[in-house]
Amino acid sequence: MAYALQQLINGVTLGMIYGLIAVGYTMVYGIIGMINFAHGDIFMVGAFLSMISLLGLAAFGITSVPLALALTLIFAAAIASLYGWTVERLAYRPLRGSFRLAPLISAIGMSIVLQTFVQVSQGARVKPMEALLPGGVQLMDQGGFAVQLSWMQVAIVITTLVVLAVFTWLVTRTSLGRSMRACEQDLKMAGLLGIDTDRTISLTFVIGAALAAVAGLMFLLYYGVIDFYIGFVAGVKAFTAAVLGGIGSLPGAVIGGLLIGLIEVFWSAYFSVQYKDVAAFSILVIVLIFMPTGILGRADVEKV
Amino acid sequence: MADELLEVTDLTMRFGGLRAVDALSFVARRGEITAVIGPNGAGKTTVFNCITGFYRPTGGGVLLTHADGARFALQRLPGHRIARRARVARTFQNIRLFAGMTVLENLLVAQHNTLMAATGFGILAVLGLSRYPVAERQAIERAREWLDAIGLTERADDPAGALPYGAQRRLEIARAMCIDPVLLCLDEPAAGLNPRESDELNRLLLRIRADGCSILLIEHDMGVVMRISDHIIVLDHGRKISDGTPEQVRADPHVIAAYLGEGDEDEVPAEEVVA
Repeated sequence: MAYALQQLINGVTLGMIYGLIAVGYTMVYGIIGMINFAHGDIFMVGAFLSMISLLGLAAFGITSVPLALALTLIFAAAIASLYGWTVERLAYRPLRGSFRLAPLISAIGMSIVLQTFVQVSQGARVKPMEALLPGGVQLMDQGGFAVQLSWMQVAIVITTLVVLAVFTWLVTRTSLGRSMRACEQDLKMAGLLGIDTDRTISLTFVIGAALAAVAGLMFLLYYGVIDFYIGFVAGVKAFTAAVLGGIGSLPGAVIGGLLIGLIEVFWSAYFSVQYKDVAAFSILVIVLIFMPTGILGRADVEKV
Repeated sequence: MADELLEVTDLTMRFGGLRAVDALSFVARRGEITAVIGPNGAGKTTVFNCITGFYRPTGGGVLLTHADGARFALQRLPGHRIARRARVARTFQNIRLFAGMTVLENLLVAQHNTLMAATGFGILAVLGLSRYPVAERQAIERAREWLDAIGLTERADDPAGALPYGAQRRLEIARAMCIDPVLLCLDEPAAGLNPRESDELNRLLLRIRADGCSILLIEHDMGVVMRISDHIIVLDHGRKISDGTPEQVRADPHVIAAYLGEGDEDEVPAEEVVA
């Protein structure tokens, strides 16, 4: 019981990080129908930006942890957004209207570019960072097994929930969100109603990249080590989460992320760590066989 | 009042060897309802697609003149500028509402530009420093007026896809009107409507004209066309075969011949190729 509770806490924390990245995949897919394979690498860039920012702030003598985290969050999100915008502008927009696979191949190329860029500029070695928020609270003690809720986990879950709340407000309540949803449903019609579709697509990439950067910061805080390759694995997991939740559905992406996180953690805890990815992807396959549109995805019904 | 709003000059659209529109010239005047009619495949929808930026015409020009004298060469503007700057709105033969959004949201999306300008393009809105709440209230107010006009006030918060067919048609027109157009292009708005819905549509279109927006209309339902049009242009095989008031067009022997299929050579259904 205590053991399971501990796994639940760990799984939710991990799932939040996956969910944040998955939102970026699902948004871009919803609006232009392409899988942005470079998204995982934007997440990795976000993690590196966070580390640079935290070390820089420490060097300038800003030691207040909440302040440093807030500044880092803004810094990483802003610069990663710039990366997201640039990638879309350079690698995807010129290919819009080309055949379907073209932007996909371009995205794989951008993924390699970003990985190599970080590898060359930051070095290939694994970068460790000391824990910013050590300690935690002991929730219960059962037969010698103590259930720990670390401050880090609390910070990750709270930050993610706040960011997702702001994001949900943006999408459902603002004019920008309405035009994003309009573009998602019918890009051409949205253009005919005066919406600048190119700009809306750019903003989608910017928002997705900002969320990925937040996830990057969370990842850095949680694991304390990053390298130039983390974007690939996390990206594939988050993509899986987006598909599992129903690609194109924003709440689906978060639910999918949580599920993947929980599956991974519980499988590692009760069966074997080595096979955790096999478990996550097997569940994906099973879900897609029985629910091809994912958990919250809607089937495209063409009315005539 | 009746000055020239839209001047189409030598408009030509070729798809490979097929001339869907062939050196077509006509004028639509401000404050009028202009109908474009013709048999299937005459090139009516292609003309619309050229006017609203869906196609780049092979040749010729489309000039729109606002009441204040501002001029726009529509064949050179990208689609969203045609809506935003030249203020031309259109609907399609098939319904293209944002089915997953509510009825009200559909009308608000069309007012996106005014709203975005008021938010300082999103940045100020986050800081709560803008005229956004005021602008949004005005946008909702405008949407409410149109909901009243089309009789859908009760259903404002339902998904647009759940409305009956006739209501979806009216909502599309209301949505197009929310971009505040000077010219509204309607592609077969009466298709599939029952007689009662057709009457409601007529009333709506006459109201729009009374409010000062001109209308360009493609329609097969002659009841609608003859009752509300001020001016009719008849196309056949991409060429204009008649142009005038409903009475003149009805009496024109060319029109009768085209509709009864007299003397038809090379029947190529252009619109099937296009669509």
